[in-house]
Order: sequence, then structure tokens, then C-alpha cells
Amino acid sequence: MTAVARRARFQDAIFHRLTQSFSLLVLMALVGIIVSLFVNAWPTFAKFGAHFLWYVEWDIINEEFGAAISIVGTLISAGIALLLAVPLAFGIAVFLTETCPVWLRRPLGTAIELLAAVPSIIYGMFGLFVFAPVFADYLQVPLQSVLSGMPLVGWLFGGATNGLGIMAAGIILAFMVLPFIAAVMRDVFEITPPILRESAYGLGCTTWEVVRKVVLPYTQKGVIGGVMLGLGRALGETMAVTFVIGNANRMPTSLFSPGTSIASLLANEFGEAEGLHFNTLFALGFVLFCITFVVLALAKWMIIRADKAKGH
Amino acid sequence: MQMDVSPLYRRRRRANLIGLSLSMLAMSLGLVALLWILFVLFSNGLAALDLSLFTQDTPAPGSEGGGLRNAIVGSLMMVGLAVLVSTPVGILAGVYLSEYGDTSKTAEFTRFVTDIMLSAPSIVLGLFVYAIAVATVGNFSGYAGSLALSLIAIPVVMRTTENMLRLVPGSLREAAFALGAPRWKVSTLVTLRAAKSGVITGLLLAVARISGETAPLLFTALNNQFFSTDMGSPMANLPVVIFQFAMSPYDNWISLAWGGALLITLAVLALNILARVFFREKVRA
Repeated sequence: MTAVARRARFQDAIFHRLTQSFSLLVLMALVGIIVSLFVNAWPTFAKFGAHFLWYVEWDIINEEFGAAISIVGTLISAGIALLLAVPLAFGIAVFLTETCPVWLRRPLGTAIELLAAVPSIIYGMFGLFVFAPVFADYLQVPLQSVLSGMPLVGWLFGGATNGLGIMAAGIILAFMVLPFIAAVMRDVFEITPPILRESAYGLGCTTWEVVRKVVLPYTQKGVIGGVMLGLGRALGETMAVTFVIGNANRMPTSLFSPGTSIASLLANEFGEAEGLHFNTLFALGFVLFCITFVVLALAKWMIIRADKAKGH
Repeated sequence: MQMDVSPLYRRRRRANLIGLSLSMLAMSLGLVALLWILFVLFSNGLAALDLSLFTQDTPAPGSEGGGLRNAIVGSLMMVGLAVLVSTPVGILAGVYLSEYGDTSKTAEFTRFVTDIMLSAPSIVLGLFVYAIAVATVGNFSGYAGSLALSLIAIPVVMRTTENMLRLVPGSLREAAFALGAPRWKVSTLVTLRAAKSGVITGLLLAVARISGETAPLLFTALNNQFFSTDMGSPMANLPVVIFQFAMSPYDNWISLAWGGALLITLAVLALNILARVFFREKVRA
């Protein structure tokens, strides 16, 4: 009897350690990513120091590299994406939780989730071949003719109107991250206790007031978490951006001008990179990983806190 | 109905109407985007979709004809190997998080990191695999591509497995323990079996996720113009071929890229819908 019990305990210990070691693989991968990127990026950090981050230069022949151009491109395209995606996602979440007839909720929710499943390279091709020409003819040209003469904001809309550029990349990114943000918002809206919602309706609130003044304040943390999650996605997105951002290693001068992002620079140049250029691309990868890691960690933290609030 | 004409009431009703109309507009914009992308894919991709797409290899630049056979086979092999690797690893790691992970701080941290890895930029994972599996070996390979894809798939499998195991009622576990079953038997033969369809959902979602991934393959599997089943050397794969062909100036290549894009999207959407069907059965049961 004791032999059986001892064997069972031994097997349990092995099973425990085995599953634990598999789960620790993820942590090892994280450490491995940080270490390997940093080691390969070291020559660049050693040569340029912290100055690398705001140095505006990308000269492969003379080996003068700065991250500023691609960091600016990454941040602006992701910023445009969020500006467009957040209100749209909010609208979709409100529609799915408040106004949508119950029998339509599932199919429409699935449709939005399928939008998230479409591979990013498809968004890229769509952006390059279909969206860019439409964008150039029906948005860029009219916007430029109206706004480029205006003081203060005119410069934002200058430049060539061939449809490719930071603005186009931001719009395509917006549709890519939209489903992620909308899904989180819908989920946190649904956890609002019905009693809160019903009390507000009972006081005579309109649907819009219930959403704005009861649901949104209650789910604030989760909503912010969802937005940060979308931001993390937008910052690291490669293929969709590479197709439409224009891939120019110059500081963008307007929203329409071509630029580059860290991810698209890596996709375009890593294949032919040698020497310091190679190390610099690793340095950019390291910077990108750090930025997205912080953003995603904050997002996760917010969502966990929102989940905890639900428990009370 | 008697109309209340108080200005405050009218203003509130107007705000409500505007807000809800805008939310409906947002919903329709999302649907229009999905339908527009699908319409473009079908209208461009169907033209390229014929038998030679599956029987011929990728053509040389500027030449006519050809297909995507080598890329389709390469993608299937790499995704297949990645699934073979990430299924046991992801499921067992998920079992650990759900069955042992409530009391340990390490497990909580692992869960946190896994969630971050779910959204980590895939191109950075490609760089990492390049550094450990391409630079050290000296050549690009299908194995490196599979490794990069596994790194993306494992967190997906892990987290869905964990979530599905948590849905299994505790009484089921307790009943098995009461019969004297050791913990590993309870976890594998009772809990995991009860959550089977949910775990399959996670696997399908992971396959869908990695079949369309391009960025991590650019620096790992690279590409191969010829048919090859040797995973130790560079391998053709659909996403990278689509990327290369779509950015090219050749009409034939661009048309093939649309064909490949349609194939990938149909596969990914089918996997997603299948995963949902599996999950719904689970919830109903």
C-alpha cells in the first residue's frame, strides 16, 4: 500500500515539475529575447550612447545611425491609429452591449472578431493596392486643397498625395487594432452589474447617459487597458505598415509624407544589413521591444485591476 | 404619445439620438471594412485561383504562369511542426497555470508575461530566433521558421488551455481525488478530458494565428524559389512569397500574391469559425 502511495507521490512530483518547467519556458524566452537583442545591439549602443534615441540620421554608407526617424514614424502612425480606432471601438462596444438586438449580437460580434483574425499582410496588400489610391483621390487631395493654406495646421497636410505615407499607415493600423480594442471594451461593458444600469434607467436616464455616466466610469480601467492593448499592437505591427508607410528614411514633414517605423525598417533592411548596420537594427528591435513591453504591461495591469473590481 | 417640450428633455433626447447613431455608424464602418477586404480578396484572388496554383512552383521574375506549390508545402510543413511542438508544451504549461498556479508567485508572473507575449511584436521574435537559430547555425532554415512560429503559438495555447481548465467544475476534480487518483491522473484523464473541446479551440486559434504570420519568417525561413522539403535549409512559405510578390513590379507575381492572400485568409477565417463552433459545443454541453 505504501509502495503504491509512494509511487503516486513520485509521479505527481515529476508531473508537477514537468508542467512547471514548460511554463517557465515562456519566462526563459522573455529573458532570452532581452539578452540576445541587447548583446547584438551592444556595438551600436556603445558607439552612440543614449544619443542614439534622438539622433536624426540614417546613413548606411558612413555608418551614422539614429533611431529618431523610425521612432517618430512608429509613434505617429500608432497615435493616428488610436485616435481613429478608440472612438470607433467605443461605438461598436456600445452598439453591441446596448442597442443591438440580442439575436444579432453574436453574429456581429463574431464579424468584428474575424476582422482581428485577418492576417496583417492582407491588410498591407489591401492598403497598398486598394486603399491608397482611394485615399489619395478622395481624401488627400480635397483635404490638401482646403487645409494646406491654413495657418498653423497647413503644414500637416502638405507634400505629395500618392496615398502612401504615415497617415495612410495610421488609418490601416486603426482598422487592424479596432477589433482588439472593441473586444476588450465590450467584455468590460458586459461585466457592469445590471443593477447599476437598471437603477440609472429607473431614474430616467437615456441609453447614452447610462453609457457615459454609469458604464464608462465603472469600467474605466478596463477601457484604458483595452486602449493600451491596441497601442501595443499598433506599435509593433510590421506587414500592414511596411506596405503603406512609404519606407523613406527621412524625418516626416507632414502627415502625408512617407516615413518609416521601427518594424518596417527591420523588415526592409535586415536582409542586407552587415556590420554596424546589422547591430543598429538589433538596437531598434530592442527599443521596440522595450516600448511595447511597457505599454502591454500597463495594459495588462489595468485589465487585471478592472477584473478585480468586478469581484466586489 | 404626449410630447414633452421641455428644452432640457429635448436636449437629452437629441444627445441620446446622436450618440446611438454614431455608435451604429461605427459598427457599420467595421462591417464595411471587413466586407470590403473580403470583396477585394475574392475579386482579385479568384482570377489566380486555378489548379496550377497548387501544382506549379513559384515562377522566375517576369515569366508567365507558375503557381505556389513550394510555398504552400513549405507553409504547411512549418506550421505543422510548430503545432507539433507547441501543442504539448502549451497544454502542459496551461495545466500547470490552472492546476498548480493559484498559490505560486512565479505562476502569476508567468501568466502576466504570457499575456504580454501574446501581443509582443512578432518581428522582434523573428530577430530573436535569427540570433539563436540562424546566426549560430550559419544558414536560414525551415526549422528556425518553425521555432519562431512556435514562440507565437505557445502563449495562445497556454492561455486558452488554462482558461478552459478553469471552467471545469471543482467538484469533478474532488470526485476523482476522493477515489484516490493521483494528481497527474486527475489533471490529464479527468480535467483535461473534460475541457477537450475548449483546448482544441485554443489549438485552432493558434494555427490560425501563425498561418498568416509574415514578419517572424522573414529572417528565419527566408524564402526559396524552388520546391524543397528539407527543413534544414531556407524554405518557401506563403506569407513571405506574398510579401515579395506583392511588392514586385511584375503583374504575374502580383496576381499570384492575390491568389495566395485569398488562400491564407480563407484558411484563417475557416479555422476561426471552426474554433467558435467547437467552443459553442463546449459551452452547451
